[in-house]
Amino acid sequence: MNKTITPAPVRKTVRVNAPPQRAFDVFTAGMGRWWPKSHHIGKSDPETFVIEPKPGGRWFERGVDGVECEVGKVLVFEPPSRLVLAWQLSADWQYDAGLITEVEVRFLPEGANATRVELEHRDLERFGERAEGFRATIDSEGGWGGLLALFAQNASQ
Amino acid sequence: MANANAQFAALADPTRRAVFQRLRRGRLSVAEIAHGLPVSRPAVSQHLKVLKQAGLVADEAAGTRRVYHIDPKGLAAIRTWLDQFWDDALAAFAAEVERPEGKRR
Repeated sequence: MNKTITPAPVRKTVRVNAPPQRAFDVFTAGMGRWWPKSHHIGKSDPETFVIEPKPGGRWFERGVDGVECEVGKVLVFEPPSRLVLAWQLSADWQYDAGLITEVEVRFLPEGANATRVELEHRDLERFGERAEGFRATIDSEGGWGGLLALFAQNASQ
Repeated sequence: MANANAQFAALADPTRRAVFQRLRRGRLSVAEIAHGLPVSRPAVSQHLKVLKQAGLVADEAAGTRRVYHIDPKGLAAIRTWLDQFWDDALAAFAAEVERPEGKRR
């Protein structure tokens, strides 16, 4: 039995009362001011989140202890209209260099002083695909960090 | 509603994790899962119940037995979790964009 799991992308739209440039700036340069504090990667509390303003730039969290933890990287940086980020956190909130899911954000002007922000988080099936490569490690360690490997294996049976 | 947090919470228990990992071999009955584990069959059933509620395993009747397997729809739970995450994150983002100048952090 072969089953391929292809979850639909997560799509969100939010309207803000500010022009696209401001919305873009807050989303990127100001990420540390709005990213939910409950969701951080490092051992300490996050001091800020950084998106380097260029294609190929890093996207990372800096903890109050100064330790930097990668979230992913910048794929497209086109202010004030478009941003594509590589989200490289696995389902257990760990950075995985081999995992790339895309988060595309578009900033569309609505009138003079408002912006419609459209976000799409896609390639979610890669959470499962990527995990395949870790099966040996998971087998040897008996760890549960590879939860998705189990899904992937089951899906390919 | 199963979500990724519920799934990870369900797997935080070592015995439950062992039960879950046995299912990587394929479809197994409760007796087959319990074989070799240092816990009783009713205890295994209880663990399976929790795993099922978390959306990690599913079961079906096979003749007179009930067999369990890993639920491939678990990925849907990951998706649900991300969906909720972005809801929270974008609400916070919108609030920050519209914060009055003098009150910005």
